[in-house]
Amino acid sequence: MATASPLAPHSFEDAAAALAAATAEGRTVRIVGAGTKRGWGRQDGAPDIELHTTGLDEIVEHNAGDLTATIQTGASLAFAQRTFAAAGQMLALDPPLGATNGDAAGPGPTIGGVIATGDCGPLRHRYGAPRDLVVGMTIALSDGTIAQAGGKVIKNVAGYDLAKLFSGAFGTLGLILSVNVRLHPLQETSVTALGAASDPQRLSAAAVALTAAPLEFEALDVAWRGGRGGLLARCAGREGGRRARRAARLMQEHGLSGVDITDPDGQLWERQRAGQRSFGRAIVRVAAAPSALPAVVAAGDACDATLVGRAALGQSFLELEPGAVGELRGRLPAGAAAVVLDSPPGAITGEDPWGLVEGPALELMRRLKARFDPAGTCNPGLFVGGI
Amino acid sequence: MPSGSPALISRLQQICGREFVLTHQHELATYRSDGLLHYRQVPVAAVLPATAEQVRQAVAACYEAEVPWVARGSGTGLSGGALPVAEGVLIVLSRLRRILAVELEDSRVVVEPGVTNLAVSRAVAPTHFYPPDPSSQIVCSIGGNIAENSGGAHCFKYGFTTNYVVGLEVVLSDGSMVTLDRDSPGYDLLGAFVGSEGTLGVATKISLRVIPAPESIRTMLAFFADTGAAGDAVTAIVDAGIVPGAIEMMDSLSIQAAEQSTGAGYRLDAGAALIVELDGPREECLIGLERLTALCADAGALDVRIAQTDAERDLIWRTRKAAFASMGRIAPAYYVQDGVIPRTRLAEVLRRIDALADDYGLRVANVFHAGDGNLHPLVCYDSATEGEAARAEELAGMIIKACVDAGGSITGEHGVGVDKKAYMPSMFGEPDLDAFQRLRCAFDPHGLANPGKVMPTPRLCGEVPGPYREHPLERAGVAERF
Repeated sequence: MATASPLAPHSFEDAAAALAAATAEGRTVRIVGAGTKRGWGRQDGAPDIELHTTGLDEIVEHNAGDLTATIQTGASLAFAQRTFAAAGQMLALDPPLGATNGDAAGPGPTIGGVIATGDCGPLRHRYGAPRDLVVGMTIALSDGTIAQAGGKVIKNVAGYDLAKLFSGAFGTLGLILSVNVRLHPLQETSVTALGAASDPQRLSAAAVALTAAPLEFEALDVAWRGGRGGLLARCAGREGGRRARRAARLMQEHGLSGVDITDPDGQLWERQRAGQRSFGRAIVRVAAAPSALPAVVAAGDACDATLVGRAALGQSFLELEPGAVGELRGRLPAGAAAVVLDSPPGAITGEDPWGLVEGPALELMRRLKARFDPAGTCNPGLFVGGI
Repeated sequence: MPSGSPALISRLQQICGREFVLTHQHELATYRSDGLLHYRQVPVAAVLPATAEQVRQAVAACYEAEVPWVARGSGTGLSGGALPVAEGVLIVLSRLRRILAVELEDSRVVVEPGVTNLAVSRAVAPTHFYPPDPSSQIVCSIGGNIAENSGGAHCFKYGFTTNYVVGLEVVLSDGSMVTLDRDSPGYDLLGAFVGSEGTLGVATKISLRVIPAPESIRTMLAFFADTGAAGDAVTAIVDAGIVPGAIEMMDSLSIQAAEQSTGAGYRLDAGAALIVELDGPREECLIGLERLTALCADAGALDVRIAQTDAERDLIWRTRKAAFASMGRIAPAYYVQDGVIPRTRLAEVLRRIDALADDYGLRVANVFHAGDGNLHPLVCYDSATEGEAARAEELAGMIIKACVDAGGSITGEHGVGVDKKAYMPSMFGEPDLDAFQRLRCAFDPHGLANPGKVMPTPRLCGEVPGPYREHPLERAGVAERF
């Protein structure tokens, strides 16, 4: 296999030219940001070239008055957040930062990496996934085309929404060069109502009740570890404390124990986010109906897994031994999707990280790949169905 | 009529029943336009299937006959997106109007495409609601909302249709059926489909996320000397970190027209009216209302009124929503535009619109979603005056150009359809349009679904180009391609 030689373009034109050159030479390209999620997706083969995006690291625009920004793909999310925070704003994406080449103090993931993998944290509850916050995008295709989709304003329906298509596409359709994002007011303070249960049914019933409560939580998470679980309702804003007390009362009414209000709550949420990554075991991201939480917890318990997740969205992250992934998949309720994110290199055999994806939707995805990257230059083999 | 049509019509009659395939001119007249009446086209036939399977078979029959088709919901669209094509079939979804499931424990409702927008909220009331609320919500269909990625007055806080669609069953132009699920691994096909204006396929089953109904709604109506001062108030509100459910602005001309319709007591001496609605938890609304009132006063409000009852709130909104319809009181006809600008450029762009209106000797009323910078300039004209309609159309185009020049968009919620496709090159270059076409060709390589919409010039899909590339697994001898 060829040895990957890294490229680190500093302009959109250079990046597009590098893709075009690779395509012309019949070489494959692996797109790399900060490298915090290198192990995600299928690891079928070594690419001919690595293209590092960290040379494209500018915050091109921050239009504070319009609550929008344009960020180049290689800018670190943490750096961008500091810039926005200075104006009392945030990009409402809080994925776990992970480690950069094993260095936890590194700059953390790039914005392009977060968008391309669709990674997100507890704030997804209120603000949505990366695809919901990206209002426009500039992309480079493998033939060297530089194209834009969407716009810079938060409301826009002109043209096709390629920004959504490229969000979560793992760089298999082309390279994200920059993203236009919607920002939100930064919530300076928040408090969290917290309740516990050792019966998954009881925890789930409380989660359903809080999901239906008109309290506008910033985040609504569950955690489960060693036969005991918690429900966390985060309330921001000036009257956050008052709403947290109402949330706590609801938790008590639904039979949760140890109900309390945590202020400050930063550590609590840091722990939830940390539960989405693992550097020794495997992380499986499960999507199921929110009301199926007891079944997901039961499947996890049978595999000695710990769980954190978004109660109202039915998204859970289970940490378990890599060898137990197959068993977990077998025990999950019908219709649940289970994607392996982290796993130690070579630790999982016989399991596709994406699970079984087939049928007309996969066929459509293959057709998209063939239209956008006909030569198969960009991140080949990494994605669903070996795309 | 294209050759082969009699066979196709006979096949459609087999699929849907003779009475649900319309071919006579007088029957088809109803369907020749959508909400944009100045575009008219009678299709070869209109079919009204009753089930998703009938839709699939109808699309498959069109594919076999190589006949293009257009899907239509309630026909309220404002961009000619559901305008029939002359040689094609119109597939009308209005008989698919069942609510299939209400699953509040999963914050979800599953509906057929012909269900109206308001019926979705009603199905989940009083505990929940479906946030996207286009002004036509009483009649517009969810299928149409999906096609257009509809917004509404409340999307500044809550987002658009695309943020609420969690699953779709879609019929592709080759008659195959595919299920798109928000949380399935793979490309965001759902995100690509929503807002694609019926050019990628037709949705036959739709799962929507609904959210808890706000426990408190407080509506404020403030009057200002001019739109500049009202714009300053909007900036102050947003800068303060307040996220109202809706922020709507009307200028003097639209106040005059709407007040004549509803008699709501809007101030006729005001240059601008601002409607700000706070919704959410009781505590937040109460505090927010105090801050809002203070911010509006600081921005020079002439008068600030708070709705004290539901009836007062309804009247405020009825007047805002009557603005389009009331234009008939001050002009025989108008063009409505849907441009978007960065909100901070509001005052400047409104001045530019005023100057343009003066140049063209026409009146332009402005009603808009001020929070997200979505303008709806109404260019008034009288087609009885020779050349005025053409002048108005040109002015409408100049206004759109001013929006794009300010860093905005040609359309915020109405869609491109046929009406705005000529403006697409002002926002997108050839490489951008080429990238759009790649998406379209992946879904509909034969160009049968709603042809002639969105893209400024007709394009064909070539064969998928590119050399054969050995897959890493093949190279490694693990897999073979057959």
